[in-house]
Amino acid sequence: MGARVGVVVFPGTNCEYDAATALASLGADVRYVWHHTASLEGLDVVVLPGGFAHGDYLRPGAIASFSEVMGAVVEFAASGGAVVGICNGFQVLCEAGLLPGALQKNAGLTFLCEPTEVVVASSRSVLTSGVAVGTPLTIPINHFSGSYVCDAATLASLHDGDRVLLRYTRNPNGSMDDIAGIANEAGNVVGLMPHPERASSALLGSTDGCVLLGALLSNVRAMV
Amino acid sequence: MRFDARVEVTLREGIADPEGATIERALPALGFLGVHEVRAGRSFRLVLDADSEAAARELAQSLADRLLANPVLERAAVELAAR
Repeated sequence: MGARVGVVVFPGTNCEYDAATALASLGADVRYVWHHTASLEGLDVVVLPGGFAHGDYLRPGAIASFSEVMGAVVEFAASGGAVVGICNGFQVLCEAGLLPGALQKNAGLTFLCEPTEVVVASSRSVLTSGVAVGTPLTIPINHFSGSYVCDAATLASLHDGDRVLLRYTRNPNGSMDDIAGIANEAGNVVGLMPHPERASSALLGSTDGCVLLGALLSNVRAMV
Repeated sequence: MRFDARVEVTLREGIADPEGATIERALPALGFLGVHEVRAGRSFRLVLDADSEAAARELAQSLADRLLANPVLERAAVELAAR
C-alpha cells in the first residue's frame, strides 16, 4: 500500500490538486484535509500545499496558523508524523512555530515565478533522506514572500543541526544563507519555498521534484 | 472603560525593509531631498473595553504580539486614548 498522504486545504489554497496529482503519480494514497478537520488519523504524511491561505491577509500563513487543523498538525508532528509545507505551507509552518524563522517579502519586491536551481544541502530530513548532498534540482518557485529570515542564534542552530535542506544556487529573493528549505530538529517537519509538484513530469519541464517527493514517500514507508 | 487603540507594527532593527528602501530611492526622483532611513510598517485601529488603561494596554500588546506582528520580523507599539 502507498503512503497515506493528507493534503491540507485552506480557503485560498491553490496547489492542492497539483500536489495530490504528483504524489498519487508516485504511488501515494492521497486525500484532501479541510482546514476545519481536527483529526489526522490514518495518515502517514501531511502536506500543506501552496496558495494564498485566507488571502494572505495580515501576513502569509498568519491566519491559517490558527486553523483548527493546525492543532492536529502540531500533535501529528509531535508524534513523529511527516509534515511538509510547500511555499505558502512553509509560511504557515513558520507562523505556527513548527519551524523557526519567517518568510519576508522578496528583496526585489517582485513576485517570482520561474524555474530555480537548488542544491540539496542536507539529507537529515524526511524529504531529503536518501538524496545525496550536492544534488542539483531545478524546481519552480512561485512567491512574493520567500525571503527566509531568522536571528543569528536560530541560524547557528540550523547549521549545527544540519537542518538547512535546500539552498538556491543563485539566490532569487534575498533569503539568508541562500536558504530554500529547512527542517525541524527531528527532521520530520520540513518547509521549502520551491514547488516540487510543479516539477513532477517531463511535460512540466522538469521531473526533479519527484526526487524529493519520491524520497518523502519511501522514507515514510520505511518509518511505518 | 472604552479605549481607542492604535497598534503600529514595524520591522525590527536589522531586518531588511525592501519596501522602505524602495520608497526612499523614489523620493529624490520626486524632488524630496534629505530623507533618510525610511521604514515601512502598518497601523491597526481598535476599540477596546477594559477595566483600566493598564488592562487595555496589556490586552492590545498581547493581541499585537500574538497576531498582528510576527515577533521574528516585527515589533508592535501600542498607543491608547480613553474615550
